Amino acid sequence: MRALDLEYMWDLVPVLVGYIPLTLFMALVGMAFALVLASVMAVERVFRVPVVDLFVRLFISFFRGTPLLVQLFLFYYGLPQVLSFLTNINGVTATIMGLTLHFSAYMAESIRAAILGVDRSQWEAAQAVGMTQLQMMRQIILPQAARVAAPTLVNYFIDMIKGTSLAFTLGVTEMMGAAQKEAAGSFLYFEAFLVVAAIYWILVEVLAYVQRRLETHLNKAHAR
Amino acid sequence: MTSDSGISIKGLTKTFGDTSVLKDISLDIKPGERVVVIGPSGTGKSTLLRCLNFLDRPDAGLIRVGDLSVDAGTASRAEILALRRRTSFVFQNYGLFANKTARENITQALITVKGQSKSDANARADAILRETGLSAKADAYPAALSGGQQQRVGIGRAMALDADLMLFDEPTSALDPEWVGEVLDLMRRVAENRQTMLIVTHEMQFAREIADRIIFMADGHIVEQGPPEQLLEHPQDPRTQAFLRRVG
Repeated sequence: MRALDLEYMWDLVPVLVGYIPLTLFMALVGMAFALVLASVMAVERVFRVPVVDLFVRLFISFFRGTPLLVQLFLFYYGLPQVLSFLTNINGVTATIMGLTLHFSAYMAESIRAAILGVDRSQWEAAQAVGMTQLQMMRQIILPQAARVAAPTLVNYFIDMIKGTSLAFTLGVTEMMGAAQKEAAGSFLYFEAFLVVAAIYWILVEVLAYVQRRLETHLNKAHAR
Repeated sequence: MTSDSGISIKGLTKTFGDTSVLKDISLDIKPGERVVVIGPSGTGKSTLLRCLNFLDRPDAGLIRVGDLSVDAGTASRAEILALRRRTSFVFQNYGLFANKTARENITQALITVKGQSKSDANARADAILRETGLSAKADAYPAALSGGQQQRVGIGRAMALDADLMLFDEPTSALDPEWVGEVLDLMRRVAENRQTMLIVTHEMQFAREIADRIIFMADGHIVEQGPPEQLLEHPQDPRTQAFLRRVG
């Protein structure tokens, strides 16, 4: 057993921290698209629009039923062979696409459950004052569902941040890819991957703090 | 005011599964009339109210509010929406929007449904909050209000809509006894403005005071109706007599 090369690790920190913006970029863009897509699918699942419902259920089933890595390979290596306009898709775009579709499937189910959990009185009150279904969903139901779904959705976001490391398998030099390259040069694999692990861990802990703040904010209507 | 003012209900029918809850109800309400519905529980009083704005969809019947006629059998989504926008509803369990403050509960529909500007809606809400004695609670969320305060906001929200018909579904039944008085006081003030009201309640004294007409319902039928003193002092039907003895 050898001692850890602490100096090497220390020097590696700023190099890898420099990739945090890319990690956050992929996760944030993916999350934004996934939230929109998941909300639309969740609302559809609640109202069960004929025909559309079949497609949404198939979509959710596929993207929950297959591994994220397989989906990424499908988008990046597979699809361009059949769909020529995807030939120039880059690794970052493919990762964002994969994360969006994969996580939107999970998030749609969480949001759907949260919507169905909103008390019946809230739906009836919105109908009684003459709101359209769209107004009711936007103004009354979804904001209340968001409060219930928030902790779960932040968890998916955390998962998504970690999922961005798979971009490495599509040839993207992100944090994991950079660590791999560094380690290949120095042969100090343990040190390099330990630093990556630490950075992800700290990133997620910061997010957990934001999550607690967010929950306090969303709960303000319910404080007595 | 001609034949297309006021409210007219014809042949309203509603079944839940095998249970027939409303059996061919017909009823006319004049503009400014205050009608109270009484009767044993489970006889369709609440369902009658909920069918009038399609919270429960009637199986058949014609509902006319002013010049808007809606046939339950063929009602489109747009017709139902139009009908809801001519009525307002006060719920037994208040039904305040949990994610909105007291003021926002009142302004919400004024802005999104009636298309009022935010400042107009706020001005109206503040006037109503003053009238209901809740100015100090304007920015409070429902969870921070007592039952009585919540129901006063609920009534204020309905008042703001300036509806042709205000529906009250047992507005004091869920309240602790200590809050019943303030809610009934507010309803009295609404009644004094000659607002057309249809009220389901068990508060007999209140009904006697404010009603122009009392309707006694049992088993999905209107059994008898008349001015308060006539119906309460000289009920004709044995079912009405029995009910009034029980609650009397």
